[in-house]
Amino acid sequence: MSDDTTPTSPVQIALAWLLVGIPLAYGLWQTLVKASALFTG
Amino acid sequence: MSRLDKQAIVARPGYSRWLIPPAALAVHLSIGQVYAFSVFKNSLVASFDTSLTAIGWVFSLAIVMLGLSAAVLGTWVERSGPRKAMLAAALCWGVGFMVGSAGIASGQLWLLYLGYGVIGGIGLGIGYISPVSTLIKWFPDRPGLATGMAIMGFGGGALIASPLSNKLMSLYDADFVPTEPGAVASASSLAQTFLTLGVVYTVFMLIGATLIRVPPGHGDDSTAEHSPGSNGALVRASQAIRTPQFWFLWVVLFCNVTAGIGILEQAAPMIQDFFREGGESSVSAAAAGGFVGVLSLANMLGRFVWSSLSDRIGRKPTYVMYLGVGLVLYLLLALFGSSSTVVFVALAVVIISYYGGGFATVPAYLKDLFGTLEVGAIHGRLLTAWAAAGVAGPLIVNGILDSVGEPGNLVAADYRPALLTMVGVLAIGFLANLMIRPVAETHFDHDAHAANEDRITARQEATR
Repeated sequence: MSDDTTPTSPVQIALAWLLVGIPLAYGLWQTLVKASALFTG
Repeated sequence: MSRLDKQAIVARPGYSRWLIPPAALAVHLSIGQVYAFSVFKNSLVASFDTSLTAIGWVFSLAIVMLGLSAAVLGTWVERSGPRKAMLAAALCWGVGFMVGSAGIASGQLWLLYLGYGVIGGIGLGIGYISPVSTLIKWFPDRPGLATGMAIMGFGGGALIASPLSNKLMSLYDADFVPTEPGAVASASSLAQTFLTLGVVYTVFMLIGATLIRVPPGHGDDSTAEHSPGSNGALVRASQAIRTPQFWFLWVVLFCNVTAGIGILEQAAPMIQDFFREGGESSVSAAAAGGFVGVLSLANMLGRFVWSSLSDRIGRKPTYVMYLGVGLVLYLLLALFGSSSTVVFVALAVVIISYYGGGFATVPAYLKDLFGTLEVGAIHGRLLTAWAAAGVAGPLIVNGILDSVGEPGNLVAADYRPALLTMVGVLAIGFLANLMIRPVAETHFDHDAHAANEDRITARQEATR
């Protein structure tokens, strides 16, 4: 029974967030590059 | 019982609730692609040798199907659980791209309507609402934060899809340079891009479906402990649509979205027109594109920041801010927006952050009013306001602008009637929000309410 109550591994949580965080960071970066044209264009 | 059923995905004790937002984000980041559809517009027009309006219908059809499917299938999503719903959304969204790809490859525009517009649109509706009630159940203490994270993903999805699609089209068509004005990708590269996106999004959404769990005790709705609304309300979706609160909130969402879309739709030409003197604009086309990027960021961040804030200050005051402060900002934009680009951009950024915030905060508002009993299904029905605003917003703005001049020759003063109309729209939403009161007891599901009270009492006695 003790296995059933084992808390989720922090590594698993980090991997799940990385999975969605990496594409989101890519999108944010690309948008920031595009948005910078407002101040330099 | 299948592995997709709600009973099969009850989290074991110790399962972290912080795995649920990434599961929801995997879905919302994928379906958020729909707001980047414009990246294909020019290439699709050339590929099908048709008008911009004919291609514009693909997007409109997808948004209308989003609203309709969320409304019609909301109860099914609520009862089937998030994993089955996410699987259905992944298949519809992925197959929608693939059928669309076949349509582009064969030159059959109706297949693009059917694939991306209808099948994909159904995937959008199911996908959008699929994680919402589960998130609220996992985060009863911070429902605004939880739904804000997921719905932020819908805004973020477009930020990813736009550069990714350009990269894919360049990969499949070496002659396509997205930065060149008027550049169009070949039909075969478009078809391959659609096919690739269909596969990638299906896989990504299925990962979300694998990660998702319902909280312990929520495998069966009839025996689950629900969080009631602020006055103890537990209301079913079929009854919720008979309450004035639902329709006041419908008006609130409709007005907030209509006003925001008015700016978003026109963002690039609008900033150039506001600073046009003697036929020439002081804002370059590149800077106008940058302004669209800034608004996309404001739209995305507003979803998370304002929705999270609503957990602290309450839902009604948050909408007083979106609609009341928003109204004043629109007025300032109409009267003083052309005084400097800094003023113009600052006002537009806050306005669009409120637009995004309005989407993200509404599930928590519904939870406060109707409880968690069928909050996902109620949310689905409310999204018809989005579909209606998606048609009304551009119609109002384009109609007014068409009556005052021609695109490319407009100046700041020409926008004033449209912006002042939006002030009126926001005023209506503001009043509707003020009219919202707790739901009357006559609308409660009394059986569910009594059983829920018993379960809460039993749990409290057991833990005493």
